[in-house]
Amino acid sequence: MSKKNTHVQEPLFHIVKRGAMVWWRAWMVRAVAVLAALVVCGVITVCLTGQNPFGVYATMFDGAFGTKRRIWGLAQNVAMLLCVSLAVTPAFKMKFWNIGAEGQVLIGGLATAACMILFGDKLPTGVLFLVMIVSSIVGGAIWAVIPAYFRAKWNTNETLFTLMMNYIAIQLVSFFTYEWSVPKGSGQIGVINSATRAGWMPSLFGHPYLLNIIVVVALTVLMYIYLNYTKHGYEIEVVGESENTARYIGVNIKKVIVRTMIVSGGLCGVTGLLLVSGTDHTLTRDLAAGRGFTAIMVAWLAKFNPFYMVLTSFLIVFLQKGAVEISTIYGLNASFSDILTGIIIFFIIGSEFFVNYSIKVRESKKEGVSSC
Amino acid sequence: MGSAAIELKNITKTFGDVVANKDVSLTVNRGEILSILGENGSGKTTLMNMISGIYFPDHGSIYIDGEEVVIRSPKDAFHYKIGMIHQHFKLVDVFSAAENIVLGLKEKSGYNMKRSTQQIAQISRQYGFDIDPNKKIYEMSISEKQTVEIVKVLYRGADILILDEPTAVLTPQETEKLFAVLRRMRDDGKAIIIITHKLHEVLALSDRVSVLRKGEYIGTVNTAETSEAQLTEMMVGKKVELNIQRSEPKDPVNRLEVNHINCVSREGVKLLNDISFSVRSGEILGIAGIAGSGQRELLEAIAGLQHLTSGEILYHNPKTGKTDNLRDKTPMQIRELGVRLSFVPEDRLGMGLVGNMNIVDNMMLRSYRKGKSFFLERKAPKDLAERIIDELEVVTPDAKTPVRRLSGGNVQKVLVGREIAAAPTVLMVAYPVRGLDINSSYMIYNLLNQQKESGVAIIFVGEDLDVLMELCDRVMVIGSGRITGTVDARTATKEQIGLLMTSSNRGDENE
Repeated sequence: MSKKNTHVQEPLFHIVKRGAMVWWRAWMVRAVAVLAALVVCGVITVCLTGQNPFGVYATMFDGAFGTKRRIWGLAQNVAMLLCVSLAVTPAFKMKFWNIGAEGQVLIGGLATAACMILFGDKLPTGVLFLVMIVSSIVGGAIWAVIPAYFRAKWNTNETLFTLMMNYIAIQLVSFFTYEWSVPKGSGQIGVINSATRAGWMPSLFGHPYLLNIIVVVALTVLMYIYLNYTKHGYEIEVVGESENTARYIGVNIKKVIVRTMIVSGGLCGVTGLLLVSGTDHTLTRDLAAGRGFTAIMVAWLAKFNPFYMVLTSFLIVFLQKGAVEISTIYGLNASFSDILTGIIIFFIIGSEFFVNYSIKVRESKKEGVSSC
Repeated sequence: MGSAAIELKNITKTFGDVVANKDVSLTVNRGEILSILGENGSGKTTLMNMISGIYFPDHGSIYIDGEEVVIRSPKDAFHYKIGMIHQHFKLVDVFSAAENIVLGLKEKSGYNMKRSTQQIAQISRQYGFDIDPNKKIYEMSISEKQTVEIVKVLYRGADILILDEPTAVLTPQETEKLFAVLRRMRDDGKAIIIITHKLHEVLALSDRVSVLRKGEYIGTVNTAETSEAQLTEMMVGKKVELNIQRSEPKDPVNRLEVNHINCVSREGVKLLNDISFSVRSGEILGIAGIAGSGQRELLEAIAGLQHLTSGEILYHNPKTGKTDNLRDKTPMQIRELGVRLSFVPEDRLGMGLVGNMNIVDNMMLRSYRKGKSFFLERKAPKDLAERIIDELEVVTPDAKTPVRRLSGGNVQKVLVGREIAAAPTVLMVAYPVRGLDINSSYMIYNLLNQQKESGVAIIFVGEDLDVLMELCDRVMVIGSGRITGTVDARTATKEQIGLLMTSSNRGDENE
């Protein structure tokens, strides 16, 4: 067959779907992605700032692990982010787009602070903690159930609804920080019960954050069991994967939505409790500090597996801590650390593409002929 | 017979681990109709999608009129005068036929509806199409829409036409009409490729047949020199006994009685219109009809998934002798009444199963609530999964594989296996062999027959009239939400059923 050079060129490459990849290869792809991200970050650091990239990485590391205090701070932050991530997981697994974790955490924190301020001197410690725990869980749950009920009953859009609930929560907290401000009218609550330490979570073995961390570790295990080994978890998965199937097997979808959001919101409330009673000992509008949104990324990156979430939340907190350190040490603009974080997360998410697809580059024509 | 219009050489295409086409070579001449025959999943559609520019081959080359070409997009395909009519139509509902036909064209002389309409009329006359260029798509029947698709590619000057399963949605009468048009186009010198898995159509229409099996090219034969048996053997790879053993129903009693049920969609359209029938134990009741005539709503109504505006659904419980009305009960309530109703829905992965869950977890979809424990009990479902994998020869790495990774036939075996394991007294199946290979199809027919012999009342919604007439005892025909007639499957003819399918307004032939 005579071969004329045709006027249309074969494309340089095309994308082909892969079969299932062995787990260790998939993790290798992800590891390579992190390395590549570090290289790109290095190049960008040199180009933009002229600093030695290895020095920058060393500083990042130092920022996260440099001192004992930093390590505790890191662990505490990981625990808090992980706790919110655990909270949003059942909702997202059910394909309920709960982006209101921020508000649910705030309300949990508000309820805790209210108990500490109002009952701090009046109730014995045990009862006070019981009241704090119950009210923070109920507060978070109420904040989550309102959009869930509207969604179940009238099929409203939960994304917008939960998002708007965040603003209501912020305003509520603003109102009460003014009400309870010390001194009156300053708009700041300051440290609550600083003298009596009533309602403060106790230090274990001299470590103020240890109890927080233990609680979150326990919650991680419980959430894993809840999702994978209980009837509730099973129903959440069926509703999330296909509402039609849920209908077909007679699951009461409305009930599952409301119930799951009670769990999700209640757990957000617990995070609020841990933040107010176990960490800050005060209440501000920035209590959740964006964790309600970051948690969504943590949960998705970990594919809703609570144990993987330990890794993903650690990674994100590490990046944040390190980035802050860089900008202070080198006197860089704070946005520079965001650039680095952005690049690394982009690479990690992008690596999933290579786990699922491969790229075929055009073969040389001669090879094609010889195989005929 | 003309020269080779299109020639494929050593085409290979893989999707992940799946080899959809492996070293396929074939030729289509001008002035001939070539059938591409193969079971579902044998790679027919993938191969044609590479000709029409939707996929790009991993290896191999395509020649048109003896010249090598590269087809990267549907636009390239159009440039080479290749037109494909897909299984799912790609038309804008609110536009007229003519508007759809010219949509997206860049005609040098500008957009001129009057001239286009004339041209469409001319094409219609030439090939014998029956089409009104000004009729809106949403007012058209499926066969009319298909006609618009064909005229669309002809209007664009296509002289290589590819039709993907064109008869799947047509009645026997419409199929005949389509075949006549295709023959006329062949005589006009066009090259026509039709993808199908129906043997009698291949024999009736095409000049040559190319057979694919599991992505591999098996061979090409002249239609005049072949037989159904030979083609089946090429398709399946071994001799297959294509008989359904139909037994006489043993003392049938009414198990389910549907009386005058009506159902209205959210938009106020009548989906089910005064439907009454009965289902008897030890009998298979077939339901025939054009897709979307109310079959799904009917089954869902019985299963407790569809709200009815009036009527009743009575279930005669063989154990207690009681009669219960199932209307407006939820699936849970129906089960609590002790009604053993199994349902294999049309949408297997979207309704009957959960694609991302593994086989074990899918087994307990219906039964996970058993017991008071807060925790799941996975032992019994695991045993059931292993039993089904073993007895129904499900091809899977293990019981922990997500069902979405299984092939269509194996997915269906898992679903049917689960529903039968629930020991039903009424079994409803919707299009149970759609997308299945011949062996799996016959396995499903045998399972249904076993259930029938053990006294189960079966409702079988099907699309292949030959199968309906071979498998069922009675065939009920449904058209536009009404029953247009019920016939004895042993004596009725295909034409008779075909006529009932299109006569939507004849409610007087109800039993």
